[in-house]
Amino acid sequence: MRRSIKVVFCLILASAAALAQMADPTANAQITPQALVRIMQSNQRAKLLILNVGPHVLFAQAHIDGAEFIGPGSDPRAIEVLKNRVKSEPKAKQIVLYCGCCPWDHCPNIKPAFEELKKLGFTNVKVLYIANNIGADWVDKGYPTTRGQ
Amino acid sequence: MKRLWILGLVFVLGLSACKPRQSLNLGGGNRPPAPEFALTDINGKPLSLAQYKGKVVLLDFWATWCAPCKVEIPHFIALQDKYGPQGLQIVGLSMDDDAKPVVKFAEQMKINYPIAIADEKLAAKYGGVLGLPIAFVIDKEGRIVHKHVGETAPDVFEKEVAELLR
Repeated sequence: MRRSIKVVFCLILASAAALAQMADPTANAQITPQALVRIMQSNQRAKLLILNVGPHVLFAQAHIDGAEFIGPGSDPRAIEVLKNRVKSEPKAKQIVLYCGCCPWDHCPNIKPAFEELKKLGFTNVKVLYIANNIGADWVDKGYPTTRGQ
Repeated sequence: MKRLWILGLVFVLGLSACKPRQSLNLGGGNRPPAPEFALTDINGKPLSLAQYKGKVVLLDFWATWCAPCKVEIPHFIALQDKYGPQGLQIVGLSMDDDAKPVVKFAEQMKINYPIAIADEKLAAKYGGVLGLPIAFVIDKEGRIVHKHVGETAPDVFEKEVAELLR
C-alpha cells in the first residue's frame, strides 16, 4: 500500500514538472540571483552579457551592475532592439536576461525575449529567476547594483 | 500516509510564503510627510498632492504591465465611489514608459480617479518603486500612514481609509 502511494505521488510530481515545463519555456534555463552573483564575482564575468528586458522606469532607478537596457520584452519594438544587439554575438554567447517588474508568474517580458533568442539559435541563454521583483530579490539583498541611469 | 500530509502542509505553507506582500504602518507620531509632486494627468489636467490637502489620499503606483496592479484597480474604483463623497481621493501614478496603454486601460476600466505618468525621480522621492504595486495611504494632513507593497486585500484599504476619514 505504502509503495503504491509513493509511486502515485512520484507520478503526480513528474506530471506537475512536465506541465510546468510546457507552461514555462524558461523552466530549464533559470538561474537564481545567488548563482548569478557568483558568476559575476568570478573570472567568467567578462564572458557574460546581461540584458534587461523590463520597463525603463525600473532600470533607470536601479539595475544589475553592467546590465544593458533593451526594453520590455512584451513590446515588439524591444524585441527588434534585442535582435540588433545580439546579431554580432556568437550563438554560444553566455546571455542572462532579466526583468523583475513583477512576480515571476506575472512577468510579461522574460518569455518573449527568451523565445526570440532561442529562435535566433542562441544556445547559452539563461533567465534570472526573480520571485517577487528586482527591488526585493536583488537590490534589497545588497547584490551588485548600479543606481540611476 | 502521515508523511504525505506533512508534505502537503509544507507545500501549502510554501505557496502562501511566496506571496510578495508587505505592509507597513507608519502611524503614531512618526508619520512622514508624503513627498509633493506636480504632474499633468492623462486628461491634460494638473495633478498635485497639494490640491488634495484635507482629504485622505490613496496613492497607487501601478502599471498596465503589472498583473497584480490591475487586479486592484476595480477595488479602487469601488472604494472611490463609496468613500469619495466622505473625502477620499485615490490617485494613480503609472510607471508605464508610455501613456498610450494607460489611457486605453483607464477608458476600458472607466477609472473614476485621476492618473498621471510618474517617472524614476518621483519614484525615488517615495523611496524607490522597484516592484509593483505599491500603495500609500495618506492622511488629511498629507502624511503617510500606511505603505503596502504587493497586491493587498481590498478590505485592508477600506479599513484604513474609513479610520482616517472618521
